[in-house]
Amino acid sequence: MSAPTEQSIVAGGTEASPSGGARFAPRARTRAERRRRVRPTVLLSWIVIAVAVAWAIAPGVFAPADPVAGNAADALQAPGAAHWFGTDATGRDMYSRVVHGAIHSLSGALIAVSVGLVVGTVLGVVAGAVDGVVSEAIMRLVDVLLAIPQLLLMLSIIIILGFGTAQAAVAVGITSIAAFARLARSEVVRVRRSDYVEAAYASGGRRVAVLVRHVLPNSLTAVVALAALQFGTAILLISTLGFLGYGAPPPTPEWGLMIAEGRNYVATSWWLTTLPGLVVVAVVISANRISSALNDRDRR
Amino acid sequence: MRYVLGRVAQAALVLLIAFTAAFVLLQAMPGDAIMIKFQNPELGLSPEQIARIRESYGADVPLVAQYGHTLLGFLGGDFGYSVVSGTPVSRLIADALPNTLVLALSGFVLAVVVAVALAVTATLSRFAWLGTALRALPSLFVSVPVFWLGIMLVQLFSFQLGLVSVINPGPIEGLILPVLTLAVPISAPLAQILLRSFDEIGAQPFVAVVRARGAGAGWVLGRNVLRNALLPTLTMAGLLFGELIGGAVVTETVFGRAGIGRITEQAVSQQDTPVLQAVVLLSALVFVVINLVVDLLYPVLDPRLRSTVRGRKAVSA
Repeated sequence: MSAPTEQSIVAGGTEASPSGGARFAPRARTRAERRRRVRPTVLLSWIVIAVAVAWAIAPGVFAPADPVAGNAADALQAPGAAHWFGTDATGRDMYSRVVHGAIHSLSGALIAVSVGLVVGTVLGVVAGAVDGVVSEAIMRLVDVLLAIPQLLLMLSIIIILGFGTAQAAVAVGITSIAAFARLARSEVVRVRRSDYVEAAYASGGRRVAVLVRHVLPNSLTAVVALAALQFGTAILLISTLGFLGYGAPPPTPEWGLMIAEGRNYVATSWWLTTLPGLVVVAVVISANRISSALNDRDRR
Repeated sequence: MRYVLGRVAQAALVLLIAFTAAFVLLQAMPGDAIMIKFQNPELGLSPEQIARIRESYGADVPLVAQYGHTLLGFLGGDFGYSVVSGTPVSRLIADALPNTLVLALSGFVLAVVVAVALAVTATLSRFAWLGTALRALPSLFVSVPVFWLGIMLVQLFSFQLGLVSVINPGPIEGLILPVLTLAVPISAPLAQILLRSFDEIGAQPFVAVVRARGAGAGWVLGRNVLRNALLPTLTMAGLLFGELIGGAVVTETVFGRAGIGRITEQAVSQQDTPVLQAVVLLSALVFVVINLVVDLLYPVLDPRLRSTVRGRKAVSA
């Protein structure tokens, strides 16, 4: 099956390849040249992520208005000086809700990536380090995880675990286990074949010691790059689950849920769906841009 | 031949593990869907009545017997009954399938057209800025939540511009916005792999030879590069199928269309495990078959692989 590279293709890709002008002729940049060029899109992405993290840590500083209790007299006001993102049908300030919602998306994505990273890497390292039945069994399990479409796999986990923010995050994390496991395994297998590992064994290193001292540190760089990439994907998937109603329960200012709630007012109050969605897009693009920049630097 | 049989056996094994995992997680657990539905005190059912209901769903026999029975049922196309409505799951799916097939096929065709057009224009464009802008587009497409995109399209085309009606639209009119919504997330990975293979193949010596003999960029792309780029694109087929299924769930929910996606969404909301189980396992089956076909087709399409797979046989002959 064909899945190991697809994640990196989906979100990273285009920056690593030579652009239109230098068609069919990749050009190597020197180290100094790279350092001089701080790419503006990467800088902007870091700013967006920094703002989102600041919203998550101290929402009250950025948006003093209450995200849950509304003032009915202010219902459905268009964006303006008093309410930057307008107000919803119960008069809640949308900007405040978006700011307070950051913690749900970011912490959810963090849980999801941790689950995928830890479980997937452990499975992959074991499958790469031992040969035989155990390795075979792990890889068949990974095949099964890959065979089920991502959204359906998440829904199967949610139907078992129940609805909620943490459950949705874990479900998203489980869908990324397969990608982490395959990458970790292929990296471990690659490093195991290298000369310095042979040398470590030859100079009397024990199996586990060599694995921990030499193989792991050299195989996990790519895994960390994948984790950065999964972060953006996780935010996207968590908002999708929130939209479908399987994530946080209603008064919570979760981004996907907010868009779902604004859907009934789409004909009259565009801001209820448009503005939270733009925030999601901005955060996801930034996370993807940063991970592809990290990947580039790693590769050259 | 041995290679083919090995691949088929491996595919069957993956499906069996998937079925077993689904059975263990969804059916063997205590507090199954039947109990959740009928133990509700408001229904006022006595324990004997619940036991009879469990019997009619086949939930009272030992697990091993249940496992064998369910497996045989699945092999014969019998997926059990929906816990919520009591209809056979196979009929629910058969009724919903045509709608989803129309949506998914149109979305897929549009996505291919968009992706090829984007990749070709970006590669051949004489203006560097246009190439750069087009190359950034797939990254944007994958970052947009599908459900939000659908709502934005409705807002723009139905309410602002009044071009497409969402209230009682005709069959074709009602398909326009869902297909657009579905095509965007499918076209992004396609365009990215096309762009990447265009660049990689374009850098190979044989392309330089063709160029040196006087062929233009368009000629090379159409005759040499595009044909070679089809192979890596083919490996995406399984992934794209998964995206189509996921996209259908979201798109059908946003636009309120009947179909497999809508059934799935409702099954999760109502804890209707048999329906979800059938949808999941059928999708896994299609995914595994697609990848099997791709794997077997690969050596047929690429002569270089043919020689490695059949190399041993050729030597012995």
